Amino acid sequence: MIKTENLSKKFNTTVAVDNLNLEVQEGEVFGFLGPNGAGKTTTIRMLTSLIGPTTGTAVVNGYRIGEQDTQIRRTVGILTEAPGMYDNLSAEFNLEIYANLYEVKDPKGQVKKYLSMLGLWDRRQDEAGTFSKGMKQKLAIARALLHEPRILFLDEPTAALDPEASHLVHDFIGELRKEGRTIFLCTHNLDEADRLCDRVGVFKTHLLVVDTPANLRSQLFGRRVVFHLVRSDETIAASIRTLPFVREVKVIDNKLVVNLDDPETHNPEIIRVLVGAGAEIQFVGELRHSLEDVYLQLVKNA
Amino acid sequence: MNKIKTIIRKEWAEVFKKRMVLFTVIFLPLFLSVLPLIILYSMGGSSVNSADAQLPAQFQQMCKSNMTAGQCMQYYIVSEFLIMFMLIPLFVPVNIAAYSIVGEKTTHSLEPLLATPISTGELLAGKNLASVIPAIIATWVGFGIFAVGSLIITGGGALAAALLDPMWLIAVFLAGPLMAVLSVNFSIMVSSRVNDPRVAEQLSAVVILPLLALFFGQIAGLFILNSTLILIMCLVLLLLDALMIYLAVRLFQRETILTRWK
Repeated sequence: MIKTENLSKKFNTTVAVDNLNLEVQEGEVFGFLGPNGAGKTTTIRMLTSLIGPTTGTAVVNGYRIGEQDTQIRRTVGILTEAPGMYDNLSAEFNLEIYANLYEVKDPKGQVKKYLSMLGLWDRRQDEAGTFSKGMKQKLAIARALLHEPRILFLDEPTAALDPEASHLVHDFIGELRKEGRTIFLCTHNLDEADRLCDRVGVFKTHLLVVDTPANLRSQLFGRRVVFHLVRSDETIAASIRTLPFVREVKVIDNKLVVNLDDPETHNPEIIRVLVGAGAEIQFVGELRHSLEDVYLQLVKNA
Repeated sequence: MNKIKTIIRKEWAEVFKKRMVLFTVIFLPLFLSVLPLIILYSMGGSSVNSADAQLPAQFQQMCKSNMTAGQCMQYYIVSEFLIMFMLIPLFVPVNIAAYSIVGEKTTHSLEPLLATPISTGELLAGKNLASVIPAIIATWVGFGIFAVGSLIITGGGALAAALLDPMWLIAVFLAGPLMAVLSVNFSIMVSSRVNDPRVAEQLSAVVILPLLALFFGQIAGLFILNSTLILIMCLVLLLLDALMIYLAVRLFQRETILTRWK
């Protein structure tokens, strides 16, 4: 669906995007993560044919950027960082304009469909300028979907939204995913990426890593299991340190935090050894690293 | 064509909600139509209308032989205001066109607009027509009011014929639209290069200066407008329009506009 080959963009001497090689499959929700100024928006602009690359190329929906720009614009939807609605026009007229520009066959029908779907139909005659941030964002999402694009680029869809509005947007992205649309989600919200994305790419001018959130956690930090004991000490910890599959053991209060590659296989053995060493186990749980930990680790090292 | 119509509808829906734009589109042409009519009416009883009144040679040069000295005087004064009908197509669209691109920049609506499959030609054609059409309508309606009013006030005859002679018809119906196109494309060019709507309006107003030179040149007696001069002016305007359209399209660099505004 999206394939970039050494895609690069320079603004004078500043390198915004450096040799980006990326492939996003059909129906995938791909999270594009990176700090401010990392080049995420520039990448989206190149992939939606808004700006051209300095070197390299990309194929979006079967069309090559720089050569088939009109076809790309016709078949992708974009939610820009700022909603950019015409504030003194009604919500309905705002969408009708775009439905006509995208040459939608039944503009009024499509406008009604998405205004209703996003809960804005009753406010259709109100000027967009009277809408809250969340409503404007929903209106902008509707605008991006009017022509039923198979690929959707969402640039910070929940930035500056309150938790309720964010939740609505998340649910809507979930619905779009069920319809099999490919979603390229550019976000700072790592919890959002963790929940919604099949894979994420961490980007800072160049692509640092691409994988599923779970694999990234595992690769960077391994998996950590917490054993809550009635009483814990170094003797008990030492009893499991010698096990070959244990990567690290930390004692925190009455808890043992153990780093493992495959807890499902090795937990029973650890429990046996701990009980043999006189430990009384209250319960066992896995300590999950957040995607934020992964992100911060990667960006810090970059 | 549908996309161009959509842009025109959108522009009109947006700009005509602004009182300042409505004021310039409606009030200015109305004012410039009524003012010469008031002068025409008030000069009707002037002492210069006496049969033996003598006028300077410069006045007589402008008048037709069948006009009395009084009519000649009236024609001389009123014709200075008729140049203002060429000001309308220059001034009216500036308010609309100057805002057209920079306005989209400041409201961040340009990026989603450029992300649609609209071509630069279609976008600029829509923006152009949205500004040019009201300017032409305002000019023609304004001149129509003046024409009807002057016929009523003068009761027809030599003075009315002079005021509505082909020179003024060419100026209003040919030079007017050409001036509107010039003004609009200059404003769009400015609008796509600046980041502030106020700067765009100020800079775009520069396009009025050559016409003011024409106005003061005639008052100062440097030249006398006639059909040939107006036709030459139309030819020059045609060339300038072509150049301005070319420059407006060339300078509308999607990438630069998107990446350089703050």
